Formats: sequence, structure tokens, C-alpha cells
Amino acid sequence: MSEIEFLSWIRGPGFQIATVILVAGVVIRVMEILLLGRKANLAEAKGSEMSSGLRTIVTRSIPDSSTFKRSTFTIVAGYIFHIGLFVTILFYAPHILLIKDIIGFGWPSMPTQIVDALTVVSIIALLAILAHRFTNKVLRYLTNTEDLLVWFVTIAPLVTGYMAFHRIGMTASTMLGIHILSVELLMVMLPFTKLMHAFTLFIARWYNGAISGYRGVQS
Amino acid sequence: MTTDSSTNGPNNKDKTLGDALRSQGVSRRSFLKFCAATASMMALSPAMIPKIAEALEKARKPSVIWLSFQECTGCTESLTRSHAPTIENLIFDSISLDYHHTLQAAAGHGAEAARIAAMEENYGNYLLVVDGSIPLDNPGYSTIAGISNYDMLMEAAKGAAAIIAVGTCATYGGIPHANPNPTGAVSVGDLIKDKPIVNVPGCPPIPVVITGVLTHFLTFGTLPELDHIGRPMAFYGQSIHDRCYRRPFYDKGLFAETFDDEGARKGWCLYKLGCKGPTTYNACATTKWNNGTSFPIESGHPCLGCSEPDFWDGGGFYKSISIPTQDITKTVVYTAAGAVAAGVVIGALNKAKKSKMASSHKKMTIDDLGK
Repeated sequence: MSEIEFLSWIRGPGFQIATVILVAGVVIRVMEILLLGRKANLAEAKGSEMSSGLRTIVTRSIPDSSTFKRSTFTIVAGYIFHIGLFVTILFYAPHILLIKDIIGFGWPSMPTQIVDALTVVSIIALLAILAHRFTNKVLRYLTNTEDLLVWFVTIAPLVTGYMAFHRIGMTASTMLGIHILSVELLMVMLPFTKLMHAFTLFIARWYNGAISGYRGVQS
Repeated sequence: MTTDSSTNGPNNKDKTLGDALRSQGVSRRSFLKFCAATASMMALSPAMIPKIAEALEKARKPSVIWLSFQECTGCTESLTRSHAPTIENLIFDSISLDYHHTLQAAAGHGAEAARIAAMEENYGNYLLVVDGSIPLDNPGYSTIAGISNYDMLMEAAKGAAAIIAVGTCATYGGIPHANPNPTGAVSVGDLIKDKPIVNVPGCPPIPVVITGVLTHFLTFGTLPELDHIGRPMAFYGQSIHDRCYRRPFYDKGLFAETFDDEGARKGWCLYKLGCKGPTTYNACATTKWNNGTSFPIESGHPCLGCSEPDFWDGGGFYKSISIPTQDITKTVVYTAAGAVAAGVVIGALNKAKKSKMASSHKKMTIDDLGK
């Protein structure tokens, strides 16, 4: 298989397969959660479920002070790599082109120097998170194979993307192919691992807010 | 060109390159200039310039046999026209081009006789240059003087000191090799494993790259350092993207969206128009074309990636390399629709399971606990 054949498979059938698994997996899992429903609450409603639910989706993005004090490192490092992923995925020109190709519209890209710097910072944050996971006794006890797998498929696209951009190690075509392959791995893993939180996060926050809203208490 | 058999007599062949250049009125100064340019192009130390000059001066004109197979003659056109009349052409005049069916004066049996004579006379020492791919499906697809391309290549390769594959067809199969490859075209490197081969790909390749490789061979008697697909590192060591003068626009996020928008007029990056610069290794951005005038990107057209294997099947010239080659929107819509249907069924099954479990649930009393 030549380099261009490899890249063509990754950009063609490979991406198709990954897309089918990602979309089908996410849709079916979200529907399963929603269709299972909840028991009817027989108590009298003391407030609005909807407004409290929606508000909580936003407010839970800011950690409360006691949680922040207890897990400062986890929260700060977590925020850094999440922001890094957000910018690198959504504001790097070639990625915007991909999104535009699928949904029909795009937006301006950020300078590559900013995206590049955030990639490095995110990789460092993810490495620190792994180190923390092994140095903290409780975290080490709680760690299972899935956690490590999820960590790997998250950092892999960042590392391979950085290498593809700077043409480190291999030729540009091969490196680009490996980068897209690592993203396809992430897409395939997402619906079946903790990575599903990218979607269920909002449902969970909404439920939390809605329960409090129904009871008429602050969420 | 000294391809006419009358000027290729033994006396002429015994002349060194230095003699040949002097007889053609090339001054010492311009000859050294050429040596300096060659040294810098190949990233050699300036200390090598006198050595190159000395080696070239003394070099006996090597016999070169040029075979053209499934090709369009673009490689020859590129070599002979675009740099004329510079010293590169004179260097070319000063090798003994004993067979090249486009350029030689002889035709028919005379031409073939010249090829065979040159092969016998210089056995083990001649340079074999090949452009075009070789069809394997049916030898009749491409023949010269009734000899199949395969037979001619194998015979000529036996006595060659080294082989220079010129153009993407000879190096990687090129356009004849493009899907579905109707002639079963293969490259020189696919067939010959026991001779040193230098790949000089491009559609066509840059003329100075061919003369650069030749100069290297004349100077050192060896072939230049090659990359993993047989290309001289000096010319194919860096990507077009890394040496492109439009690169700052890529980094700033300034792109031409169409061929006639403001970005195109201002000379912004052509990545979104399908430029293959990031995955293409060639010297276009530095040596340029037409005597250093410009290169495709400078003229406003994205790089096609012509010096890479299978460039013809790379998913579309005007489609950016980061974009999937197939229609993903359709896949997303159809998959989502199917998944919603599946989700409804699975949801119903889950609900049924839940109510079944609820109904089979037995209530315990305080007495049960006491048992």
C-alpha cells in the first residue's frame, strides 16, 4: 500500500466506517437514556423544571469553591486540555474545512501559532493528568483499563496532529493518515466509553437542575 | 544536441567535459558559476565547488541511453526547452546521448543499431535514463522497433552503471498506473532490483534536478543521497508547503476560497482550493520553473502533488487534503435515521424489560426477613 493509497483509505472508507459507528452509537445511547424515562413524580411541583434545568447546564461549568479547593489540579488541568481540544478541533483551518464539507458552512480560523501553542499546552496537561493519576493513591486505586484507553485516544490525535503539522518522523502523507486514523479511533471509541460524556453531560446536568427546580430549591 | 552519429565519432567521445565546454565558448567564469549553483542546490559545502569544477573538467563524456516508454514526452520537453539556452543545456550537450528516440537524428534500424552499439561499447559504464512506465498486461501495448518495453528495459539495464528514472511514470507508474491501470503499468523500480536507481519524479520533473543528479554522478562517481522512495534528498527533502512563499497566509488563516475572489487576487494560501503542497516533496518552490520565473502556486494554481506516487488517485485535485473523499453528510443523515429507528425499538425493548421486572417483583414483608 503506497502512502497515498493509505491516506485515501483513511479519508474514504475509514472515515465512513468511523462516522457510522459514532453517529449510530451516540444516537442509540442517547435515545436509550431518554426513552427509559423516569417515574412520575406525584409530589406537587414547586417550580419550573425546564428553566432550572437549562440554567444548571451552564452554571455547572463553574466549579464551586469547596470542590475547587479539594481538586484544584484536576479542575485546572482538565479545563486546560478541554479548552485546547475545543480550539484545535474547531478553529484550525483544515478542521473547519472538514466541518464545512459535512454541514455546509464554516467560520474563520485562528492563526496556526495559537492553535499550535494550545496543542502543546494540552498535551502537557494530559501528560500531567496521567502522572497525577498514578501518583495519587486513591486515583491509582480507582483507575481501570478503560481510563487509560480513553486517555490514549484523547492524547493521540493531539500528538499525531502536532507531528503532522510539523512533519516530524514520517512523511507528511503518512503522518496525516496516522493523524486522521487516530481521530477515527476516537470516533469509534466515543459511544462505548466514558467519552460519551461529551453528549450525556448535558442530559445529566439538565436532570440535576430539573429535579431541584421541581422541588423549588436552588440547584 | 550531439546526437547525430557523425559528431559522435571516437575523437569527440574522448574529449573531456572541460574541452567540450571550451570548444563551445563557455568561459571559465560561467563554468564556475554553474559549479557554485550546483553545489548550493545540492546543499554541499562551498569547499566542494573547486572539486566539482575539477571533476567536471576531467570527466569523460559518459554514454547515456535514454529510453522512453508509456509517456507523453513532457519530461523531454521540460528538459530541452524550459532552460534553453543556459549552461545546463551545454552540460547536456557534453554527455554522449547515444540513444533518445525523440531527439536523435537517426531513425528506424539505424537508431536501434546506435543503441546496441553504445550498450556494447560502454557495457557496465553507461547511464540509463528512463521516462515512461512499462505495461505488463500485454507487451503489445507499447513497443519500440517491435521490442516490448519490458524486454528493452531489462536488456538495457543489464549493462548500466546506474539508472535514472525520470518523471512520475517511470518512477511510480504515473498516469498510466492511475486507477484502473488498464495496461498494468509499473515503474522501473518495480522491475529492477539489482541496479542503483535514482527516482526523479514530477510531471514533468524540474530540469535542473535532472542535471543536478547527473552532475553529482560525474563529480563523485556515486549517486546522491536518496529518500525512502528513491528521490535525491537535495531536491526532494522538503515539502512544497514548508518552502512556499504563501505559507505566511496559511499560518495567519488567510485563504483564497475560490479562484476569483479577493483572497485569490491578493495571493493568499490555496490550501482550500485543494493544494497538495503539504504532502508533496519537490523543489518547485525554491528552484522554480522556466528559468526561475515562477511555479504553479505562484501562478495562482494549487499544487497537484505530481512528484508523489499515485498523485492521480489522491482524491481530487481541487479537494483539500483534510476533507474526506466520500460524501459524509449523506452517511451522517442515513445513519442517524437508521439509528433513530433502532433506538425506538431498543427503547421499547428496554421498557418492556423494565415493566416485566417490575411486575415479577415480589414484595417482602417483615416476616420474610425473619425466616
